[in-house]
Amino acid sequence: MTHVLEARNLTRDYHIPGSLFKKAKTVHAVKGVSFAVDQGKTLAIVGESGCGKSTLARIVTMIDPATSGDMLIDGNKVDIAKERLTPEMRQKVQIVFQNPYGTLNPRKKIGEILTEPLIINTHMKADDRRDKAMAMLKKVGLEEKHYGRYPHMFSGGQRQRVAIARALMLNPRLLVLDEPVSALDLSVQAQVLNLLADLQDEFQLTYVFISHDLSVVRYIADDVMVMYYGEAVEYGSREEVFADPKHNYTKTLFAATPRADVDSIKARLARKNAA
Amino acid sequence: MSLFEIENLVVEFQTAAGPFRAVDGVSMKVNAGEVLAIVGESGSGKSVSMLAAMGLLPWTAKVTADKLLFNGIDLLGLSPSDRRKIVGKDIAMIFQEPVASLNPCFTVGFQIEEVLRIHLGLDKKARRARAIELFDLVGIPNPAERLGHFPHQMSGGQCQRVMIAIALSCNPKLLIADEPTTALDVTIQKQILDLLMRLQAEHGMGLIIITHNMGVVAETADRVIVQYKGRKIEEADVLSLFESPKSEYTRALLSALPDNATGDRLPTIAEFLSDDQIFAGAFR
Repeated sequence: MTHVLEARNLTRDYHIPGSLFKKAKTVHAVKGVSFAVDQGKTLAIVGESGCGKSTLARIVTMIDPATSGDMLIDGNKVDIAKERLTPEMRQKVQIVFQNPYGTLNPRKKIGEILTEPLIINTHMKADDRRDKAMAMLKKVGLEEKHYGRYPHMFSGGQRQRVAIARALMLNPRLLVLDEPVSALDLSVQAQVLNLLADLQDEFQLTYVFISHDLSVVRYIADDVMVMYYGEAVEYGSREEVFADPKHNYTKTLFAATPRADVDSIKARLARKNAA
Repeated sequence: MSLFEIENLVVEFQTAAGPFRAVDGVSMKVNAGEVLAIVGESGSGKSVSMLAAMGLLPWTAKVTADKLLFNGIDLLGLSPSDRRKIVGKDIAMIFQEPVASLNPCFTVGFQIEEVLRIHLGLDKKARRARAIELFDLVGIPNPAERLGHFPHQMSGGQCQRVMIAIALSCNPKLLIADEPTTALDVTIQKQILDLLMRLQAEHGMGLIIITHNMGVVAETADRVIVQYKGRKIEEADVLSLFESPKSEYTRALLSALPDNATGDRLPTIAEFLSDDQIFAGAFR
């Protein structure tokens, strides 16, 4: 079976042009990363800001070309630096961004936001587009009456649902989720995570889930990749990575994650009283 | 006598649709050297109640309270100029979003020295020395050089450290930290929390941490207040809150943590609790 997404030794360099007073510089944002994801599975990419995880997301979503290395989607090699992206390819990968307040056009109604990808990439008739958007609204837990409303009339969790619905309009094979729940409250976060799990079961979706919250990753991921300064320092199944982290950075990351269980609180209070 | 005492605080905003009650009868006490965490979702009134206590709300807000005491002084009865002598000096606040709360037009050195000049009246040399000392304290490397930098030249974690340095500049008796680590990476979050806890213990400050992150609560608090839609739902010491939460809402909040997930779906609050049920268990 071919993987839905396979990356072999991907790199991405950004060239910062020099000026009279500054030398030109090359930033290696991603340095030789390889991974593979199968259908219906979730790969979580973890790392701190500036580690290259969002650059990787841009490469996977075919917004940015990789400097070198191969990316295969459904076994087909993709290189947007060499050939134009076809609508078929675009339909295969969609992305949900971190901030649901900034990614929906405030001047467009929800219906327009949802049908826009169909206008650009398909030849569907207006009636069909509308029906499909209505059906998708229900799928993500919204109602038909929301079709004619504007983004400002929704809460953060509802907006993230709209963003997910928009990404699903083209029936993608692969969904890139760039910190989809980090801007949301705890209870809303739980709802959105449940929605993602439901949709994955229903459409056999493949997720690339980017996050820095390890408790969320532990809950949702099948495989985990930890990135540090552009390199994948740890890659394995969730059980392996969480049970036996190999790299020092992964250990630091685990140690820094706040623990909300009774035993850790008791240990902390005991330390405090002793001091 | 407790350091900071609020009784029956009500904050109302005048809106086109009539008055909106953001905080509805909240009471709390903080002692010197104590860490209190206020937990709640967005819109639960946790930030607004603290802003009201410091007198930082816009004029559209109507603030009433039976008691609003800091160190025995009634904060509501003070004139604005008397209030400014306390706020920023004895009560300091670390705001959400450090990058947005610093003034982009001035260097961070100017912004920290401004506080030292107004509240402590230090001369230029003493101000600079104290600013360097404070930057050193919060762990900013090359403090003397950093004083001349603008906020946009620093990372989010560094800006948060600057905010903390400004808040600590006058050795406050009470420090209010409003979501101090929300926008930061976990490794930076750990450093900032460790720093806050160390400084709190060293100076014997009262510390109020406002957060929606249960992990942060578990790692820092002595006592916890849970708020929902402007009302206090539960107050308990940290261990009993996590061990045996009394209200349904707190129980639901804890079970929504991915850490505590048992099945393949997370329980959500809206599914099994209505507002009436949440407030039924509330006390004032």
